Amino acid sequence: MSRIGVFVCHCGLNIAKTVRVSELAEFAATLPDVVVARDYKFMCSTPGQEMIANDIKQYKLDRVIVTACSPLMHEKTFRKVIESAGLNQYLLTIVNIREQLSWVTHDIEEGTSKAKALLNGAVYRARNLAPLSSRVIDVNPDVMVVGGGIAGIQAALELANTGKKVYLVEKNSTIGGHMAQFDKTFPTLDCSACILTPKMDAVLQHKNINLMTYCEVSEVKGYVGNFDITVKQKARYVDHSKCNACLACTEKCPGKGVSEWDEGLVKRKAIYIPFPQAVPQKPVIDKESCTYFIKGKCKLCQKVCEQKAIDYEQQDTFSTVKVGAVIIATGYDLMDTKPLVQYGYGQYPGVYHSLEVERLFNSAGPTGGKVTLRDGSEPKSIAILHCIGSRDKNYCEHCSRVCCMYSLKFAHLFKEKTSADVYQFYIDMRAAGKGYEEFYNRLIEENVKFIRGKGARVAESEEEPGRLIMEAEDTITSKFMRVPVDMVVLCPAIVPREDAKEIGRLFNLSTDKQGFFMERHPKLAPLATMTEGIFIAGVCQSPKDIPDTVAQANGAAAEALTIVSMDKMELDATTAMVNPAACCGCQNCVRVCPYGAPSYNPDKRVSEINEALCKGCGCCASVCPTSAIIARHFTNEQVLAEMEGLMEF
Amino acid sequence: MLRCAFFRFAATCEKVGLASRTSRALPLEFFIAPYNDFIERKVMSFEPKILGIACNWCTYTGADLAGTTRLQYPPNVRVVRVMCSSRINPSFIFRALQFGADGVLVGGCHPGDCHYNTGNLYARRRLATTKKILEFAGIEQGRFRVEWISASEGNRFAEVIEEFTTQIKNLGPQTKLKIQE
Repeated sequence: MSRIGVFVCHCGLNIAKTVRVSELAEFAATLPDVVVARDYKFMCSTPGQEMIANDIKQYKLDRVIVTACSPLMHEKTFRKVIESAGLNQYLLTIVNIREQLSWVTHDIEEGTSKAKALLNGAVYRARNLAPLSSRVIDVNPDVMVVGGGIAGIQAALELANTGKKVYLVEKNSTIGGHMAQFDKTFPTLDCSACILTPKMDAVLQHKNINLMTYCEVSEVKGYVGNFDITVKQKARYVDHSKCNACLACTEKCPGKGVSEWDEGLVKRKAIYIPFPQAVPQKPVIDKESCTYFIKGKCKLCQKVCEQKAIDYEQQDTFSTVKVGAVIIATGYDLMDTKPLVQYGYGQYPGVYHSLEVERLFNSAGPTGGKVTLRDGSEPKSIAILHCIGSRDKNYCEHCSRVCCMYSLKFAHLFKEKTSADVYQFYIDMRAAGKGYEEFYNRLIEENVKFIRGKGARVAESEEEPGRLIMEAEDTITSKFMRVPVDMVVLCPAIVPREDAKEIGRLFNLSTDKQGFFMERHPKLAPLATMTEGIFIAGVCQSPKDIPDTVAQANGAAAEALTIVSMDKMELDATTAMVNPAACCGCQNCVRVCPYGAPSYNPDKRVSEINEALCKGCGCCASVCPTSAIIARHFTNEQVLAEMEGLMEF
Repeated sequence: MLRCAFFRFAATCEKVGLASRTSRALPLEFFIAPYNDFIERKVMSFEPKILGIACNWCTYTGADLAGTTRLQYPPNVRVVRVMCSSRINPSFIFRALQFGADGVLVGGCHPGDCHYNTGNLYARRRLATTKKILEFAGIEQGRFRVEWISASEGNRFAEVIEEFTTQIKNLGPQTKLKIQE
C-alpha cells in the first residue's frame, strides 16, 4: 500500500480553461491509494511548492503526482521539492496535462475525461515506483569550444579568464570567422577588425586557451562532466613549432588557389595565410593548388624556408581531449544562390552576394576597399535585393534577421565610397534592435531609394549592353518597375554550416527544420541542448547579429562554468541493472548496447552492466529474453501499469 | 461496414432480378435512413482509446511542441513516455491491446538521429516484426503504427494523431485481444 498525494495545477487559465481542475482533484481522491488530492493556481510557485512539501509531512506521503506541465519543463523543480521534504526524488510522477492536453484540446468535456485517464495512468505507475539513488561522478574542469568565430572567441575568453582551461577548436587555419571578413558593423559603423583582432590576439596569448586551428572533431565519447573528444589535426604541411612567420614562402609560391577568405573574388597562393591579421599568423599548404602535390616538383617554399618548417610528408594526426562541457559555436554559411536562376548569380558578372560585397568594402580585401565591379569600373547604379531565399517557402522559411540591417550598412558605404544611386528592394524593413530604427531613418535621409517589393528578376539590358535591368513590383504604388543598374547585391538566406549535420550527429544534437541546432527550451533554456553538458551559442542556433551572438556566447560560457566549477555532480539514476539470478547469459544486451555498458562475465555466466557507461535508453531491457535486465524508472511493471491505467478510462 | 452491407444487399437484389432499377436509382440515404440513429450512436460516436508510446528526446518533445504552438488534435491519444523507442518491448504492444487500446502508435527519432545513436534502428526492426505478428494474430494492420517524429515536428505529431484517430474510428473498436471483464 502506498500513500499517494495528487497535486493538480491550474497554470493560471492555461490548464483550467480546458480541464475542470477541481473535478479532476475530486476524481483523484476517489482513486485507490490516493490520500490527498488538491488543486492550486500555480503549483510551481513558492506557495504551491510549500503545499506539496507540507502535505508530504502531514499525510506521510510516499508518492507524489504533480498534474501540470510537461516533465521536460518542471520535473527537476518538483523533484527538488519532494527531496527537500525528505522523499526520494524518483518517487515523483508528472502528468502532462498542459502541453499534451489543455493546449491541444478545445472542449472542456473531452479535456477533463482525457485528464482523468492520464491521471489514472500516473497513479498506476506511481504505485510501482521505487526509490533510486543518484550516481555521483567527478567532473573534468576543462571546456571545449567548437568554432572560432566571434561566439567561440568570446566564450573561450570568458571561460579562460575565470581560470578554466579551454580548448578552442577551429576548422580553418585562422580564427575570426565571418566577423573578420567584414569591414564595418551596423548600426554604429565601427570597424570590425578594430574590435575583433585584439580579441583574436588575446586568444592566442592566453595561457589558459589551447588554440587548435585547422582541426576538426572526429569522435565524441562520454557524458556530461567527462567527455572524451577525439580531435583531428589536419595536415598543414608546415611545422608550426618551427615556423617563425616570416612568410617568405608565401611570396615565392607559384601556386594559385581560390581565396575562400575573399569569397573567390581573387586568387591566393597555395601556401598562404588567409589574411594579414590571421591568428595564428603561420601559413598552411593547400594540397589542391600546390604545384608540388599536383606535379611532384617545385618545393620552392622548402628552399626559401630558413627554419626548415616545410614538411610535405606531414599526416593528419589525432589527439584525445578530456573536457567536462562543450560549447558549440559553428556559425553559418550563406545559401547558394546559383539555383535561383532569375537573379543571375554566376551568370552576370555584376551580380554579387553579400559576403563578396563585405570583402569589396574591406581595406584588406581584393580591391583595397574600393568599390569596383569585376571589370574594374565603378558602378553608377546599385540594387540591393533583400530576402533572397529567406522568407521563401521554396527555400528557407525563416527570416535571416540581419540582412535588412547590413543592407542599410551597404547602402551607407556605397554612398560614402561611390556616387552611385542605391536602390533597396525589400519586403518588410526589419530594424528591431538598439539603434537600428535610428540607422534606418538616417539612411532615408541619405537619399537611398527604398522600394517595397521583392526583386523579381535580373536581366541583361537590351538598350545598353553590359548593364543589368532589375525588375520588381513596387507594392506601394502597384507599379511594375524596370531599373537599369550596374551592380546587384543579393542578400541570401543564412543557413547552417554544411557540416552542421555531422557536428549534430557527433554531439547528439537535434536540428530544427532549417538545420539549426535545437535548444532545450525556446524560452527558458535557449543555450542548453538535449544533451547534458553541451551548449550552443551564436548563429548555429538561429540567425542573429553580433551583439546577440556575443551575449549568447557569454551565457553559454556561464552555463558551461556552472558544470565545470563543480567537483562532483549527480547523474540520473535511471540506468539499467541485471538480475543475475534470471540472466541466461545470452549476451543480447552486450550486442545491442551502443555504449558498451553490459559485458559478459564468463565465470558467473551472466551479463553485468557498468553503470558509469549506461545512459539509460533501456534497449537492453527490451531484448532480454528472461527480463533479467531492469531499466530503472522505466521497468516493465511501471510501463505496463501506466498503460493499464491509461486504458481504464 | 454498414454501407457495404447495404451495397451488397442491393447487388444481390439486382442479381436475383429484384428491384434492380429502384436500388440503382434510389439514393443511399434511402437505405440507411432507418438506421441513422444506430449509425450515429454506434459508429460515429465511437471514441477510440489510442495508446501512444513516445521517446523522450524526439516524439515526446515534438508532442510538447505541438502544444506550445497550440495545434489542435483529437483527445483520443494518451502518451506513455519512455527514454528511447528501443525500450519498447513488443509485448508492450500486445499488452496495450489487451488493456483495451483500439490503436497503438509508437513514436521515435528519425532513423539515424537517435539520441542513443542506434536505438531506433533496433526499434525499427523489432516493431516491423511486431507488425507481422499482429497481422498473424488477426489484428487489422491499421491499428498499429510507427512514426518517426523529431523534436521540431510538432505539426507532424498533430497530423499523425489526426490521421490515426480517423483511421481507428473507421476500424471500429478493437475486441480481438481485449480482455473482457
